[in-house]
Amino acid sequence: MASIEMQHIVKQYGDGFPAVNDVSLDIADGEFMILVGPSGCGKSTLLRMIVGLEDITSGDMVIGGKRVNDLAPRDRNLSMVFQNYALYPHMTVFENIAFPLRLSKTPDDEVRRRVNDAADVLELKEHLERKPANLSGGQRQRVAMGRAIVRQAEAFLFDEPLSNLDAKLRGQMRTEISRLQRRLGITTVYVTHDQTEAMTLGDRVCVLRKGKIQQVASPRELYEQPVNLFVAGFIGSPPMNFLPASLEGTALQTPFGAIELDEARAEKVRGRDLLLVGIRPEYFEDASLVDEAKRPVGSTFTARVDVTEWLGDSQYAYIPYDAPQAVTDQLRELSRELDSEELRTQAIVSIDATSRIREGRDAEFWLDARKIHVFDPQTGENLTRDAEAGAELTRMAAQDRVDQVDEARGGATPVGAG
Amino acid sequence: MSTRKKVLWWVGGAIIVVYALFPIAWIISISLKAPSDIANGQFTPTNVSWDNYETILTGSASDLFLPALRNSFGICLIATAISCLLAMFAAYAIARLDFPGKRLILSTALAVAIFPVISIVTPLFNVWRQIGLYDTWPGLILPYLSLTLPISIWTMSAFFREIPWEMEQAAQVDGATTWQAFRKVIVPLAAPGVFTTAIIAFFIAWNDFVYGIVLTSTEAARPVPAALGLFSGASQFEDPTGAIAAAAVLVTIPVVVLVLLFQRRIVAGLTNGAVKG
Repeated sequence: MASIEMQHIVKQYGDGFPAVNDVSLDIADGEFMILVGPSGCGKSTLLRMIVGLEDITSGDMVIGGKRVNDLAPRDRNLSMVFQNYALYPHMTVFENIAFPLRLSKTPDDEVRRRVNDAADVLELKEHLERKPANLSGGQRQRVAMGRAIVRQAEAFLFDEPLSNLDAKLRGQMRTEISRLQRRLGITTVYVTHDQTEAMTLGDRVCVLRKGKIQQVASPRELYEQPVNLFVAGFIGSPPMNFLPASLEGTALQTPFGAIELDEARAEKVRGRDLLLVGIRPEYFEDASLVDEAKRPVGSTFTARVDVTEWLGDSQYAYIPYDAPQAVTDQLRELSRELDSEELRTQAIVSIDATSRIREGRDAEFWLDARKIHVFDPQTGENLTRDAEAGAELTRMAAQDRVDQVDEARGGATPVGAG
Repeated sequence: MSTRKKVLWWVGGAIIVVYALFPIAWIISISLKAPSDIANGQFTPTNVSWDNYETILTGSASDLFLPALRNSFGICLIATAISCLLAMFAAYAIARLDFPGKRLILSTALAVAIFPVISIVTPLFNVWRQIGLYDTWPGLILPYLSLTLPISIWTMSAFFREIPWEMEQAAQVDGATTWQAFRKVIVPLAAPGVFTTAIIAFFIAWNDFVYGIVLTSTEAARPVPAALGLFSGASQFEDPTGAIAAAAVLVTIPVVVLVLLFQRRIVAGLTNGAVKG
């Protein structure tokens, strides 16, 4: 087990394109760190530089206090789970898992004991003599994990390990990975583009964009105190709505009416002609279903609903709005960067599943103004971010984590220990 | 498939099989005919006679045939083994590494493969006599390598390209050196490719006639195809047709056996190499 420190890591390809650009990131011993971002953001490259499959152009990679820039993968003692699992098709499941041990010339009985331990944890006992080709996707995934946990590696690295599984299995494996990591307490770096994985698995999440770190924080902090437009748009599903606005007095004038800001926040955003207001879908509600007590903290507005989607436990309504050309272009650019194609400017609002709001009609909505954020459309910077509140969220997450690990490890011993 | 289509497929298949196997049936038939029977215009022998086989295995032609058989087996197996080993390393480098001159190697290999054998065999004859390789096993193994290496490199690099990079990277992360990753992961995965290549290489060497006849003079190194050309009849007025036919049948047997033994591997190998999995 070891910490991983990256200092000013740069990866430049032959044509000078920087896939990873000046990344500095400290991953604590035993921490579960997620690298997330849209495709092409350099997250996989960064992971491959940690494990040694990719050369580092400049900067220092320090694992367990030792600079490993020039070490071959096999000398770094890390284990990795590949996206396509990379199981050895000519070996049985047993030999696949035992492969790292065989390479390190571990005695036979020790190999058998450790492989059996790993197989117990991953419930692969009855498949040990089969070949990978005869296994299901989920079983193959578990074999790949078995190969990773069978030896005492300094850290686990996962490269989008669940992206080849169907949705149901993905959910199961996600909790499985989380439980395993808590139990073994091994430093883990996990690359994904799936934000459900990012939010549920990570102690901290590192959001990357075009090779640069945008924000490193606990999932809660990312969600509630995003540092800029990109992070705010990337984290959350359905995504955050961005409305054009201008400040008049202490009120933001938006297509959905005026939103009153408190004095402190109004002060922070003053002096700009055009602003973007970021409102998460769940900050909206059907006005007729809002408690009288809650009403005063937000504002109400009337808008025509384009489409509604009823999902049983929740309901979404789509409300189109008009925006100045500059904002439309900016939002389109953002959505393209986030791997989605948003064709029209519309707000997605989450309303109660029992709401009787129907498409094609005008309806009255209520909007919770307490948690909205205001962004500078030029720089994308979050003008209303409360750094202290964000740091507090991450501190709380760290404390929860310590408790969870204590609980998970009470009694159970890590695989292969001793 | 409709019945009509099925029938057409069967008929088409049957025509091709007959077309391909007819010469073989013919030569088997000739090899079983007595000398007086050969030119009688009938397809089947009037009396099945094993005289021709006796002639080449124990009789007058056995001095020529048996050493040639031994030479052919030895030379072709050695040439195939060396060629496969060299081609494996070359193909791995071509498929995996980025080095200057990669295309040059591939195109040179192709150029060597299409270069007509007959145009270099005479100079080779002179050189071999000068340096003492004439009429020796190495004297044939070397030119056979030039025949088999290009095709081996081409087929095997196609196979190596099909093996996902991640396999090797996974092995390296698991603690393998480059050599261990190659030996324990890449080579076993490429085994069908290696078998296919080996068999193709063996056939090419086994079928060679020009090098065999020009670069040898005695039973020290003369391979079977060359020996067949030197058979003589019982008298100078008689063609050794029967004996040649019998020998031709005998040298076909190892080829058929090889193909039957490795049939599944070859088919798997050929499709593996050709189609993206």
